[in-house]
Amino acid sequence: MTTEKTSATPLVKSGLAEMLKGGVIMDVVNAEQAKIAEDAGAVAVMALERVPADIRAQGGVARMSDPDLIDQIIETVSIPVMAKARIGHFVEAQVLESLKVDYIDESEVLSPADYVNHIDKWGFSVPFVCGATNLGEALRRITEGASMIRSKGEAGTGDVSEATKHIRTILGEIRALSAKSDDELFVSAKELQAPYELVKNVAKNGKLPVVLFVAGGVATPADAAMMMQLGADGVFVGSGIFKSGDPVARARAIVKATAAFNDPAVVAEASRGLGEAMVGINVNDLPAPHRLAERGW
Amino acid sequence: MRVGVLALQGDVREHQRILESLGAEAVWVRRKEDLKNLDGLVIPGGESTAISKLIGIFDLMQTLREFVATKPVLGTCAGLILLSDQVEGRLDDQELIGGLDIVSSRNAYGSQANSFEATVQYEDTTEPVAFIRAPKILDTKSAKVLATYQGQPVAVQQNNILAACYHPEITGSTHLHSLLITEIDSRQ
Repeated sequence: MTTEKTSATPLVKSGLAEMLKGGVIMDVVNAEQAKIAEDAGAVAVMALERVPADIRAQGGVARMSDPDLIDQIIETVSIPVMAKARIGHFVEAQVLESLKVDYIDESEVLSPADYVNHIDKWGFSVPFVCGATNLGEALRRITEGASMIRSKGEAGTGDVSEATKHIRTILGEIRALSAKSDDELFVSAKELQAPYELVKNVAKNGKLPVVLFVAGGVATPADAAMMMQLGADGVFVGSGIFKSGDPVARARAIVKATAAFNDPAVVAEASRGLGEAMVGINVNDLPAPHRLAERGW
Repeated sequence: MRVGVLALQGDVREHQRILESLGAEAVWVRRKEDLKNLDGLVIPGGESTAISKLIGIFDLMQTLREFVATKPVLGTCAGLILLSDQVEGRLDDQELIGGLDIVSSRNAYGSQANSFEATVQYEDTTEPVAFIRAPKILDTKSAKVLATYQGQPVAVQQNNILAACYHPEITGSTHLHSLLITEIDSRQ
């Protein structure tokens, strides 16, 4: 009888993300918000020191959360706890791994710690999710060891247009890749700056080898349902919940609309009486240096 | 043969793929009427708290309990939790479908750091599977043990209900699904 046990394999790492499909992952800054998220039916929470809307408003360098806060969140909820590390900050990632978070988000929402290199994620037993604005970026993150991809959108705006653009871009590029012949894929790999074998795998299967969520600007049940109809496996909601008038009701409503994304009557029902959505900023009003999606490459 | 997969949240597609590879028609279940004319049901892996909230939101609990009372059902990971009569670590307001008289414990192996791949032992075969933030079965009571890992029960059957702590669907293992199909066949 064989009972060998193997942890932290690619399958175990991407497997947790597979279990989150169809769900909503909510940004939280403390244990109280984490509890609200869990009670609303979130599939996981994302711990960070300030929600993106506040990072944007307050400015300054945004970093990993205080370990005390992460410990409190882990103790408070039974669903998976993710936490953000700065791009390239492998020591923040080591710290988060030692805290036993379930997933690390190497995130452009925090201030990058390295403008050249991302974290070598293969060296970690904890899985990583990374942001991407296009297919090449997604494949480069997967090459570095990411086990889950989220399209970036523009965090902290409540403007869903960039999220739409990024998920459409990634899925459109995958469809275009699938239409190519094998000999054309060599050039595609060069253009995407990604390994040929990975490019070929995506072309053949018509999908990324890992789960693809959407993030950055989702603020309403209809936003979430639209992202799901566009082909996302699930949704991250950041400032959209806890910067709104009634976080408890809005969190529940977004969970409901994400699960029943194809049913306009349910999305309509979920959209009623939620109070004010986060005020939001139009992405076009943001000067380019203030756009988070342009961090990471 | 039409087998439903509860498609509120979780790894629905993986179960669908395995059912189809065994020749069954897989049907996504999101509303009460989707449960009509099904021969069996799979409750997939996912977050059991989120799935039970969604069962409440879409008012499926009563219909699911009626289905589970008579028809063949397979639950994996979160599905095992939802089918258990008693669960340690259940949220206070987390409603379970129940029907399987066992005691289970949520996330009993710990966080994702303790997730792993392993080979489980069935009576007459072995298969590779994945345990992801998996539950444990604390007491099998009168349920029959279908699979063990390191001597501990990790899959059980009681009458029409089969349940496992692990994910056979992630590694593409088919044994549990074929047992479900055998159970359905035996009733037709």
